[in-house]
Amino acid sequence: MIIRLLGQGQFDVSEETVAALNELDAALQAAVDRGDELAFRQALGEMLVLVQERGHRLPDDYLGPSDLVLPPADATVEEVRALLGEEGLIPG
Amino acid sequence: MAGLMKRMSLIFRAKANKVLDRAEDPRETLDYSYTKQLELLQKVRRGVADVTTSRKRLELQAQQLQQQVEKLDNQARAALAQGREDLAREALTRKSALQNQIADLQAQHANLQAEEEKLTLAAQRLQAKVDAFRLKKETIKATYTAAEAQTRIGEAFSGISEEMGDVGLAIQRAEDKTQAMQARASAIDELLASGALEDVTGTTKDDIQAELDRMASTNQVELELARMKNELSAGKPTPALGAGSGGEAGSASPAASETEGSV
Repeated sequence: MIIRLLGQGQFDVSEETVAALNELDAALQAAVDRGDELAFRQALGEMLVLVQERGHRLPDDYLGPSDLVLPPADATVEEVRALLGEEGLIPG
Repeated sequence: MAGLMKRMSLIFRAKANKVLDRAEDPRETLDYSYTKQLELLQKVRRGVADVTTSRKRLELQAQQLQQQVEKLDNQARAALAQGREDLAREALTRKSALQNQIADLQAQHANLQAEEEKLTLAAQRLQAKVDAFRLKKETIKATYTAAEAQTRIGEAFSGISEEMGDVGLAIQRAEDKTQAMQARASAIDELLASGALEDVTGTTKDDIQAELDRMASTNQVELELARMKNELSAGKPTPALGAGSGGEAGSASPAASETEGSV
């Protein structure tokens, strides 16, 4: 599967890694719902490391879309909520 | 309900589909999007330039504050030498506040440098995709009918659209950080220009310096008085003291240091 790390580009990850990511993703979603900044930061940090270490970075000129997208490392819960709540917030 | 990663990707996808659905002939969408891509490239490059400007402003301010710190340090020493511990304490208190400001500026500086780097890399990634898109666009326009083009375009378009969304966000975040920082930078500029600090041109005098100068000139006056008294009592003029020794006199009773052995 292809995952985009916002601000870092696209990575190709194995199904196995996606499975590991999905577990963390549940915690990430729950943290956003609760507004728990600390839990959010921890889950996101772990996920980003997983993708960077196990994923294979795609070349910059690759034109395909991503299956999954992760927020940037320094994003806040509030920022992610804003992105999810209103697609008009994504520029470009 | 889908997890966060999926939901975020769908939001980017929806954005692309919205543009595609609007087009009568999908091949027109290609040209329209390409124009938008070039605009965004310009914008991200401007973004890098803006962040660079802000970073340089911070560097300049940190330098100016550092100069003030050194000056206050010297003033504290001078005040202590004059036996004015209260004045020395005031100078050191201000120095400490400024050092906190400098530490804060250094943190901001690191922050901006990181943004600068992110945007520079984002511009590179976008440029690579825009170049690839241009080739693909020309191929599609030359090879396919409008109906056939529809499917060919979808993939390439949602890929570049996602990248544009990503870069757009990066620009926005950098702008937000820069703006927040500029407000603080202005506050520091005001501080530098206010009475609390001497501005870099050295035209205004701060109160600590004024007090030190006043004490120095008082000493100078005392020395002159002592010299004149000596002249009167000896009935002959003595050579005048060298000018510009103000501020260096450490003794509080200058008359004592001016004893001339009368024959």
